[in-house]
Amino acid sequence: MSVLPTDNPAARRRGSGASGLFAVPALLMFVVFALVPLAGAVVLSFTHWDGLGAITWQGLSNWTRVLHDPLTGNALLLTVKIMVVSWVVQTPISLLLGVFTAGTQRYRAVLAALYFVPLLLSSAAVAIAFKALLDPNFGIGGAPGLHALAQNWLGDPDLVLYVVIFVIAWQFVPFHTLLYQAAVRQIPDSLYEAATIDGAGRLQQFWYITLPQLRNTVITSSTLMITGSLTYFDVVFVLTAGGPGNSTRLLPVDMYLTGFQANDMGDASVLAVILVVIGLALAFVLTRFSGFSRMRSEQEGL
Amino acid sequence: MTGSVTSRRTVLAGLAALVGGTAVGCGTSGPSTGASGGGGKGSASVWIISGVTEKAFQNSFDSWNSAHSDQRIGVQSFANDPYKQKIRTAVGAGQSPTLIYGWGGGVLNSYVQAGSVDDLSDLAADPQLKGRFLPSIAKAGTVGGKTYALPNNGVKPVMVYYNKDLFAKIGAQPPASWGELMALVPKFKKAGTAPFTVSGQAKWPLLPWLSYLMDRIGGPGVLNDILANKPDAWSNPAVTQANEMIQQLVKADGFVKGFASISTDSGADIALLYTGKAAMSLGLPATYQTIQTADPKFISDGKLGYFPFPTVEGGKGDPANVAGNPSNFWSISASASAAEKAAARAYIKSDLLNAQYAADLLSVGNVPPVANLDAQLAKASDPEYFKAIYELASKAPNFALSLDQALSPQQGDSVLTALQQIFLGEISPKKFASTMNATISA
Repeated sequence: MSVLPTDNPAARRRGSGASGLFAVPALLMFVVFALVPLAGAVVLSFTHWDGLGAITWQGLSNWTRVLHDPLTGNALLLTVKIMVVSWVVQTPISLLLGVFTAGTQRYRAVLAALYFVPLLLSSAAVAIAFKALLDPNFGIGGAPGLHALAQNWLGDPDLVLYVVIFVIAWQFVPFHTLLYQAAVRQIPDSLYEAATIDGAGRLQQFWYITLPQLRNTVITSSTLMITGSLTYFDVVFVLTAGGPGNSTRLLPVDMYLTGFQANDMGDASVLAVILVVIGLALAFVLTRFSGFSRMRSEQEGL
Repeated sequence: MTGSVTSRRTVLAGLAALVGGTAVGCGTSGPSTGASGGGGKGSASVWIISGVTEKAFQNSFDSWNSAHSDQRIGVQSFANDPYKQKIRTAVGAGQSPTLIYGWGGGVLNSYVQAGSVDDLSDLAADPQLKGRFLPSIAKAGTVGGKTYALPNNGVKPVMVYYNKDLFAKIGAQPPASWGELMALVPKFKKAGTAPFTVSGQAKWPLLPWLSYLMDRIGGPGVLNDILANKPDAWSNPAVTQANEMIQQLVKADGFVKGFASISTDSGADIALLYTGKAAMSLGLPATYQTIQTADPKFISDGKLGYFPFPTVEGGKGDPANVAGNPSNFWSISASASAAEKAAARAYIKSDLLNAQYAADLLSVGNVPPVANLDAQLAKASDPEYFKAIYELASKAPNFALSLDQALSPQQGDSVLTALQQIFLGEISPKKFASTMNATISA
């Protein structure tokens, strides 16, 4: 259990923090609920198992098949698309909304409360509600004056990905707004006062004070968005089940359908391992090269 | 330290009291053979599906249990989708209930391959049971000539349901052939109604189109070759022609605009039929039940019509052939104990689809797959409709199970996606054939 060098009195004296024993409960949970299943998935990825019969060893054949399957390429491409577009859509909206709701005026507090409502809803409920709203005959397009909204939203293979991205943004923007709101409120007033004295306008203040001060929050929020977009499953599954055709068969959806609809646990495990590797690689790159791990203060010298 | 020990002891005592309390509660609720709920060790158990037919099942087991206190069967009820998830894991782990509720087809096949269910051929040949079921339905419970599952629920043949008002408006008759059907499309379009409504979003409502057209063009052999995993079975010209015909119908605006966005969640597809926006819908008897719940007046006013799937000119298939879901089935778990199996077999032999059970099913709009039902049908709430369903099922030389159920789970998943792409015009019938051929493992 000596995960950290707690036995070393020098390390303790240096004030490296509390005893490593404090990490044991979390570590235990992590090993039992993350590492063990992960190892299981890695083993299963070399076998054939339909969930019923015997598990038979397949060697690398699952891997070669899955990696050559055009569906996997399609799933990866869709996942990258949804990752990039989601980031591009969600970041500016959440940032601006966060800055806006950080103000202390009462109407802003009211609006903020409204914006946060989607955060309280479960993904499945959001997806079911949007599915009903987007019905071409009985959805929102059926309301008087809104007939232009009666489109083939979920049935058009070219359109559906953007509809999904919209619903995801609707659901997650409030969360990121909350992050930005908190961060904006942390920025010391003295910076703005100084800038005002120097004659900086509102836009300049935003550009030269607010934005740089939010640097770490942008990184945190982006990391969450980008790694999170690997796990967009519930909304997509309920909304489109990967369809029409394979238009929204993202990596996690592909994994689920392969595992639990086609009952091919071997191939599904290959996809799961690919997902884990991509997720870890992304998280590593983001924390390593964005300076997130160093977390240097943006308020040095204040 | 002492404090924490005491508190732990208190907690343990509390837990013991709770457990004891529950056990006592259980013991008093039923006879000593116990296990009124999950079916404990030594007594047979069954999981049933909640919904309209739940009552019929519950009644049947209740009456069995009250007459056979030594062979009680514990009943637990689950919703459809959670059941499907749960049963596969349970069967795989050898923990399934004694009686396994199923759909036949590819899943039954995989149970048989894994040795998870018992051969019931001797039971099916029993004189007490032999004449009870419709032969076309009982066939769906067999794998390789042996019976592994016996029907336990209503028959679900797919028919075309139509809005009689909309047909009268353009002076049309139900089409008897594909040519007549295609001729109706422009007439309905001109009158401002969509010819067909279908939920393209859910994928599975598209399947009967392919099943029926394949059968009408090439006969049951086409599907049988596919189910036998014959190489290139999907390249059969009948499959290609069926897909071409589907794409022609889509191109001619045979389906309501935006059909690929319509889900089945709240019956939005069928709502178009009874609200007069679409003239026809190809569907399971659930279509009737949905309308009866949503707009009973539509049925009682005689506005709902129905007819069998049209013939295809020059096709080889018998026009009396039917596609859909023949029924649901009971299998007996191979991992059950001898006593549990004996109880399940005795129940099937004497009580499965007996007169009361059949009447219960009929009362909720499900036509049971039993022989000689005419007298009971005449007393039903809508004799004409129930007779139509019964005749369709009982006279069918071949009753094809829905493709997604009939195929292996892997192929079922592929066919759902590929057929949706056919409807969307994303792939050609040729590509469909090659995609599906690739799923055949020799």
